[in-house]
Amino acid sequence: MALLEVKDLSVYYGVIQALKGISFEVNEGEIVTLIGANGAGKTTTMQSVIGLIPSRSGSVIYDGHDITKTPCHKIVHLGMSQVPEGRRVFQELTVYENLVMGAYTKKRDAAFKEDIEKIYTRFPRLAERKNQIAGTLSGGEQQMLAMGRALMSKPKLLMLDEPSMGLSPLLVDKVFEIIKDINRDGTTILLVEQNAGKSLAISDRAYVLETGSIVLSGTGDELAASDEVKKAYLGG
Amino acid sequence: MKFIETLINGLSMGSTYAMISLGYTMVYGIAKMLNFAHGDIIMVGGYTIFITMSLSGNPILGLLAAVIFCVALGVTIEKIAYKPLRGASPLAVLITAIGVSYLLQSTAQIIFGSAPKMVNIANLGNVKFAGLNIPLYTLITLGCSMVIMIVLSLFVKYTKTGRAMIAVSEDKGAAQLMGINVNGIIMITFAIGSALAAFAGLFMLMKSPSLTNTLGAMPGIKAFTAAVIGGIGSIPGAMVGGLLIGVVEAVSLTIPVIAPYTDAIEFLILIVILLVRPTGILGKKRREKV
Ligand SMILES: Nc1ncnc2c1ncn2[C@@H]1O[C@H](COP(=O)(O)OP(=O)(O)O)[C@@H](O)[C@H]1O
Ligand SMILES: [Mg+2]
Repeated sequence: MALLEVKDLSVYYGVIQALKGISFEVNEGEIVTLIGANGAGKTTTMQSVIGLIPSRSGSVIYDGHDITKTPCHKIVHLGMSQVPEGRRVFQELTVYENLVMGAYTKKRDAAFKEDIEKIYTRFPRLAERKNQIAGTLSGGEQQMLAMGRALMSKPKLLMLDEPSMGLSPLLVDKVFEIIKDINRDGTTILLVEQNAGKSLAISDRAYVLETGSIVLSGTGDELAASDEVKKAYLGG
Repeated sequence: MKFIETLINGLSMGSTYAMISLGYTMVYGIAKMLNFAHGDIIMVGGYTIFITMSLSGNPILGLLAAVIFCVALGVTIEKIAYKPLRGASPLAVLITAIGVSYLLQSTAQIIFGSAPKMVNIANLGNVKFAGLNIPLYTLITLGCSMVIMIVLSLFVKYTKTGRAMIAVSEDKGAAQLMGINVNGIIMITFAIGSALAAFAGLFMLMKSPSLTNTLGAMPGIKAFTAAVIGGIGSIPGAMVGGLLIGVVEAVSLTIPVIAPYTDAIEFLILIVILLVRPTGILGKKRREKV
């Protein structure tokens, strides 16, 4: 069953059309990736789906709800969560306070304590630095924090916008490892990446976005093997 | 002894300024706008107290009515005048706020005329102890303000709504991704600012009973100055800035040679502090966004 179903979605910035009627779906339990070059419309797609940017036409159905016109904070309450491009952790708050922010939709009860312990287990680095101001963390640590924060709301669908951006190769591997792990624990993943090789390798299915349109789709392996993708995104 | 009396008077005036500065700074920090009409909410609070007092004679009832009416007014202004402009240029928002300010002042003038109304809150008299002779209203003002500031600080630090305010002030988009209703938080911020303005209105009328439609104009500007001195957007900054301006004003008024220049001195302090520390005393350096 499709957990997320996007149909003919169009988004404009003023007169410029950034998304030209894209359709895709994410099924429960899957890892789905949108790959595309810089400026293709990946971030626009992510932000429009979660209600941060309004769409001009088309529809977004999530978990049985039509959320096309639903404001972002209500969509988050429905169990969708996003690690935004550039992480955007709360720079002036501590690691712990950022995680508390992530659980904004939840009660601060025993389950909350358990959840935060789970995050600390998954990201031991965050446990070591829980009282540190987030703005002073390294890029990799901030990425872990952004992921941990997004997980605190226990989403059914976790969206990640270029989580590997600006990280060292070692950390990139680790981030993809963690994404796979999160998925294995039952969270559906919609991933956006420029790093096509690594993201296709962990994806069940993928779509290729080019200047606001989806031009290719298939399983991760199919796309990794396709000539177009090889030429354009995998360096030959 | 005289100096301690002056100091207490200054802290009392300063805490009134702080009540107003908090409204400016919280709205600026969270809605990213300069609410030029904030001072005029004080005036509306003043007239609400005037009406309630002439009906009931009870200052507590007056304060209560002022808080309720100012909150309703502040929230309504935000909804009608500012919310539709979210995302518009800061200049458009500022001009709208100036328009709202004139609208409030003119409306008050039409309703109440331009002759000052006398609002005698209560004859509180003076307190004498340890050789000091202090008007009771200064102590009430100081005490109430301190309690309000402590409660507000605890609210922001420890409640869910308070933490949401911090998140919204830092990054609206990220705050929405946490599930925070940003419009709701902005509304609450206007409500708090307006309630504090109502308190400021009462404190000012206790000090001087003359009420006109420009009651909030000069204190508004000074409190805004105080907010900038303390670091605009910073809650402790607004408190420190307000107290500082109040003490400077009180001290300056007791020295005959410089007393006439008191306002100028306050703005001079603003300029000096901004030259030394462009972000204000407790203002945070904005990190460059990537
Ligand atoms: N806030 C904006 N205002 C105007 N144009 C924008 C804005 N954000 C993105 N765009 C444009 O929309 C297109 C898609 O951008 P984006 O979704 O950020 O691409 P990607 O995430 O794939 O790099 C680009 O051409 C970009 O210049
Ligand atoms: Mg992007």
